[in-house]
Formats: sequence, C-alpha cells, structure tokens
Amino acid sequence: MGHSIAVVGAAETTDMGRIPHLSQIGLHADAALNALADAGLSASDIDGVATAHESPIALCGYLGITPTWVDGTGVGGCSFLMHVRHAMAAIKVGLCRTVLITHGESGKSGIATTPLPIPVAGSLEGQFEAPFGAVWAPTIFTVPMLRYMQRYGVTEEQLALVPVIQREWAARNPRATAKDPISIGNVLESRMISYPFRLLMCCLVSDGGGAIILTSADRATDFERPVYIAGAGESAETTMISQMADFTTSSAFRVSGRLAFEQAGISHADVDHLMIYDAFAHLPFYGLEDLGFCRPGEAAAFIAERHTAPGGRLPTNTNGGGLSYAHSGMYGMFVLQESIRQMRGVAPAQVEGAKISVAHGVGGWFSASSTIVFTNERSL
Amino acid sequence: MPQSRPLPEPTPETLPFWEAARKNELHLQRCADGCGKAYFPPRRFCPRCGSRNTEWFRASGRATLYSYVISHRPAPGFAPPYAIAVVELDEGPRMMTNIVGCEQTQDALRLDMPLTVVFAQQSDTITLPFFTPVTGD
Repeated sequence: MGHSIAVVGAAETTDMGRIPHLSQIGLHADAALNALADAGLSASDIDGVATAHESPIALCGYLGITPTWVDGTGVGGCSFLMHVRHAMAAIKVGLCRTVLITHGESGKSGIATTPLPIPVAGSLEGQFEAPFGAVWAPTIFTVPMLRYMQRYGVTEEQLALVPVIQREWAARNPRATAKDPISIGNVLESRMISYPFRLLMCCLVSDGGGAIILTSADRATDFERPVYIAGAGESAETTMISQMADFTTSSAFRVSGRLAFEQAGISHADVDHLMIYDAFAHLPFYGLEDLGFCRPGEAAAFIAERHTAPGGRLPTNTNGGGLSYAHSGMYGMFVLQESIRQMRGVAPAQVEGAKISVAHGVGGWFSASSTIVFTNERSL
Repeated sequence: MPQSRPLPEPTPETLPFWEAARKNELHLQRCADGCGKAYFPPRRFCPRCGSRNTEWFRASGRATLYSYVISHRPAPGFAPPYAIAVVELDEGPRMMTNIVGCEQTQDALRLDMPLTVVFAQQSDTITLPFFTPVTGD
C-alpha cells in the first residue's frame, strides 16, 4: 500500500549552536524560509501551521499565512513529531493541503524565549515534587535511572558509553557543536550534575531551529527527493516522574512505537537508521528497549557491541544527538531533520542505501512520546 | 540557604493530606468501592475504576527506597549535594521525598532500604513528609 503523506521540504536554521542575532520567533522564521526554499514553495502555498512553545498564531502573523488548519499541541520536545501525525490526519481528511511545522528556540542566548513552564504551587508537581528539589530537567528526567541500573545490573561505565559513541557520530558532522573524541574516562571524570548523571551525560544547550513541510504523497511527486511517512504513533503517561508506572520502561514509548511500526507494517530488521531523542544518556536505553530493538535490560550490551555506532547494524543518533550535535530545549525537530536527511541521502554521516528511518521523541520527562517511520520508497 | 524551598499550595482535593501532615501523620486515600487499593496523589475518585466513593486513612509511614538522584547543583532551600528520592509506601503508592538522617551518598542510600516517615515543619500551614532509614533494633 502506498503512503499517503510526504515531507517535501525540510531545513534547519542557517546557523546552529549560538545564534545571537535572532530571537525565538526569528529562529522559527529563518527555519521556515529555509524549508520553503528547499521545497520551492512560498508562504502563500501553506494552509496548515503547527508549532509548539511559540504561538502558532504569532507564527502565522509573522510569516503572513492565513491557514485553514492550526495545531498548537505542546507536550514538550516531541511535539513536532506529534504535529507530523496530526498533519497526516488533517491532510488525509482535507482540512488542509500543505502543512508547515516549525521549531525555534534561543536556548543559549535566551532572546525572547518563552519561559519554561514552572508548575504553580498548587499543581500536582508543585505540591508533591518541587518541594523536594525536583525543579529542573537534570533532577527530574534522571530520577528513574538508578532503579533501571539496579534491575539490570547496568554500570556507570555502560551509561558513559552512550555519549562516547554519539561523539563518534558528531565527529563526522561539521555542524555538530561538540566534535572532539571523548573516552569513558572523560565522561566519568566530568562534573557531577545529578548522580549518576555527569555533565557529559547531559544534553547541550543551544540556539537553533528547524522546519518541515508536508503534503499528500500524490502531490509529492512534483517535488525533489520526497520522504514518505510510513507510520506514526503517539502516547502520554504522566507529568509526574514519581508516578511513572515502572521506572525501567516507558509506557508512552511502548505505545507510540508499536503504533508507528504497526501502521508502517515493518519489523525491526527492516529499520536502517534510528533516532532516539537523547536529552540525557539513559534515553537510548529506554528507546532501544521500549521500541523493541532490544529485550528489556539488553540495551547496554547492544550499545557496547557497537550496533548503534558507526559501522554498526543499527546506526543511531547519527547527527551526534542532543548530547553532541545541538539541543535547543525541544530537540524533537532535530530528530526529524536527521531522519529526513538520511532518507534523502544527504546526511553528513550518511548510512549507505538506507530506506527506512525511525525517529522517536520524548516530551517532558517520559511524559509524552511520538514516533515517526520515514521511508524514501513510494510504497513498502 | 538564603531562600526557602518551593512550598506546596494545598487545593481542596489535597487539603486533608496537608492537614494530616501538619499533625505529623501520613494520610492516603483508597477506593471504598471494592478494590480497596490505596492511591496517591490525592483526588476525589479512584484512579483505577473512577468511583467517587473514596476514603482517607492513616498510612503506616513505612516505605522502601525505590530510586533517587543526588543533585550537586545549587537550588533555593537546599545545600548540595542532596538526594531527591522516590519511595514506595507499604500501602503501594510511590511518592517523591527527601531522605533525612542519612549521608547523601550512593553508599548510604541503598535501593530497597527500609525507611519510615518523619515530618518537618516548613511554615504555619505546611509540614513536609520526609523519610529516614529504619535503624536496626
């Protein structure tokens, strides 16, 4: 069966990492203009708009778009993957024809950036988590990992290998922020942030953005290098990390991944390339297992056997990831961009002959999830 | 510690929990329609079956250490390094807390170690439940 939706434009901001001359909405616009140019379209061709953290209305006004479909789903860093899934449905039923999804965040320079949502004192997190010091991502997202490590006998050295291997990928990417090789020793000697997580196990803080343009697969044949959406999934669990049902597995990951694989009709052996949103070094463990690439507890050995590394059979986070490429705050857009580059055959660390790429995102701290299966083949 | 830690603002649904904590008691809710399972955080319905027939009860205060991190970064009201822990109550639910009366190190903080609740007054209205290791008899 042929796919119904395709990516016909995709681009990141002109610069990446430190962008002191653009505000948050300026980053959105820079990425949008680059994606429009990539597709050979203009803003007047866009009739569907989706974004998160920035107002989709502000974006419409800024770019001069009067849409027939708007999606402001904001569930953290995987929002843009969910926008893809929502756009698939909207295009399919005719609510719009050509959708623009944008991300921009002045994470490093902090120019007109939307403040991160701080839970009010009467919210559930405000009452039952913040009073104990869980007030920013490094002390929230990380909380489940010791339980995982105890259950499966995973060591700090094994956790430290994740940034080491992703740095190997980053070394192949001229746009990556951190390209110098690192060792397990370097990671374990870096400053302790939130035990067991050290500085090099935590993502970068960057300015940047990206945008993609989607339309129906039938129209996509008019464009160069269309990338098709073969399947998509989404789910959510809880905003309270303390209430995550099982600290060793994410139910949102499992549901989202299963939906995407089922819709695409693919098996794990079909996947040539994988992106797992890595705000912290433990996320590839959860991603590999909850998406079904490894059985529970086997991700550490899988990574140590270099299956996700350059030359491995499941090249993963090939841009260097949030740990080494860039991390604006809502990294999901960059997961999409790298999967699309790989499917177009233009990635700096290109996986030769890759036909199927899976992009997996997380929102909040295991709070929400979305998964997209891309392919460069018209039908699977 | 120049500033105080963020303090909770009780809502109508959670007020009984905080009023009990002020009296140094840990109170939870359970479904009064069959399953009888305890749940947390407070709400006016059973999260399993949706029944609005629920009741408050005094919990044992016994728990085990489920997971934690040790934050080494400054935060208002905290002297790093300090552990942010999740404990599993004997009644079943888990809750976030701090571990007191214990070194904030990975050697002192062992997963599954038995703990018991202690209370620390923060203001006229707010007393927080912390947990401390159970010492051998």
